[in-house]
Amino acid sequence: MTEAVIIGVGLHPFGRFPGRTALDMGADAVRMALADAGVTWPRIQGGYIGSYEVANPDAIVARLGLTGVPLRGVFNGCATAGTAIALAARAIETGEHDLTVAIGLDKHPRGAFAADPSVAGIPSWYGQTGLFLTTHFFGMKINRYMHEHGVSHETLARVASKNFGNAAANDKAWRRTPLSVEEILASPVLNYPLRQYMYCGPNEGAAAVVLCRADQAHKYTGKPVRVRSTALRSRRLGAFEVQSPSFPVGEPVGSPTVAASRAAYELAGIGPEDVDVAQLQDTDAGSEVIHMAENGLCKDGEQERLIAEDATAIGGRLPVNTDGGLLGNGEPIGASGLRQIHEIVLQLRGTAGTRQIPGAPRVGYTHLYGAPGASAVTILST
Amino acid sequence: MTPDRRPVAEGLFTWPTDEENPLRLIGSECADCGLVSFPAAPDCVRCASTRSEERLLADRGTLWTYTTQDFRPPSPPYDGPEAFEPYAVGYVELPGELLVEARLTEPDPRKLRIGQPMRLTLVPYTVQDDGTEVVTFAFTPTAEETP
Repeated sequence: MTEAVIIGVGLHPFGRFPGRTALDMGADAVRMALADAGVTWPRIQGGYIGSYEVANPDAIVARLGLTGVPLRGVFNGCATAGTAIALAARAIETGEHDLTVAIGLDKHPRGAFAADPSVAGIPSWYGQTGLFLTTHFFGMKINRYMHEHGVSHETLARVASKNFGNAAANDKAWRRTPLSVEEILASPVLNYPLRQYMYCGPNEGAAAVVLCRADQAHKYTGKPVRVRSTALRSRRLGAFEVQSPSFPVGEPVGSPTVAASRAAYELAGIGPEDVDVAQLQDTDAGSEVIHMAENGLCKDGEQERLIAEDATAIGGRLPVNTDGGLLGNGEPIGASGLRQIHEIVLQLRGTAGTRQIPGAPRVGYTHLYGAPGASAVTILST
Repeated sequence: MTPDRRPVAEGLFTWPTDEENPLRLIGSECADCGLVSFPAAPDCVRCASTRSEERLLADRGTLWTYTTQDFRPPSPPYDGPEAFEPYAVGYVELPGELLVEARLTEPDPRKLRIGQPMRLTLVPYTVQDDGTEVVTFAFTPTAEETP
């Protein structure tokens, strides 16, 4: 089977852009990725595009060129970009295309996500009575995790402080004001134990990735980044998951993150000990803590010591969310995972500027998780 | 005068209640594999059977985890009062049945703890324009240990 490699990445800044549509931002991101790869739009043979807010993201062809290219819309909630990159890679691996693109774009209104529970197959009373909030799940999951594994409130604040600090060094990030552990612990509680400055917010932005066959990469770049594996998993019975009015008693079942992570490591022939830099879904500071363990990067409970030692900071043993993550960048759902890929590609090329991790990183890891209980993992390497 | 009350949805909990019909959540049990579901589900997510029977769930359990809601949820879908009062939510483990998500009557996280015994109750979470209270199920901390 042919291997897919990434030859171009493009990122429209994440934030608020009055007067700009999601498709405008998406077209900018694609043009940046094409320029980075040194190819033009008419040469793209196929692609996958994801968005939450835009019903027809494939309408982007009217901005980029009406070439007749098959551009397929994809959606898997917060894991949408994982599906876009997976299928864009798969189209190359199977020999269907030689040059493909993965695109994500979104433009969310301010505030917490608001939807009718029927979109998730849940009865109306669940929303009417104030239970249909994904933020409840994040608060309840980390509260239980802290109880079981001895994670402190200060550790949550340290994670948020690290990510805002990393964002401060990233001119495409949204929340670029560094915040101290003390300032974060002094912010109001939104969903105990999570505070205002421990949450990411939905916002606006776009990202794109251009891929080609590994045996043609030399025509475009001296530093192709290999797509070693991709995996998507949905929730299993018995797992504690977002938007669940109830779940069964009995032995706890792992989250879809655990299943996607194991599958991706196995497919890649790469283990957690090989990962040099990781981008983990940090919808909130607690999620980053939990996802370190669920992705095999540490044992449950080790986060308390690792984070106190700055192991996940740039320059630490295992840098996590070097571009600021979701906390620093916000979450335009369709684009979020391609932002993660963009950052890993810069780090593996050694072109991440002031936030470049030291040494010569070889393996990068990206992870997404969200409603209705879906997770996507992508493993990249030089 | 006691205000009129109505349940937020039919078939969610027993209504009206009296000494012979105590308050219980209305769940279901798969007729083939026995999986307990709430709210009542016609199809089984374990064995894919389409045969199920009504099952009234236990009214006591223990708090498995909890959080608070300190800002007014987006409305719609939330239809609680404009004047927002923070509330808590949690998962209560009903032994041998399931873990159910519910509002908790105690809004202060310092007064909640994982493992705490809890009992089912009803709370009026909002009032209609005509004065009718709309009630939903909730769990309240209890001093008694569950059997």
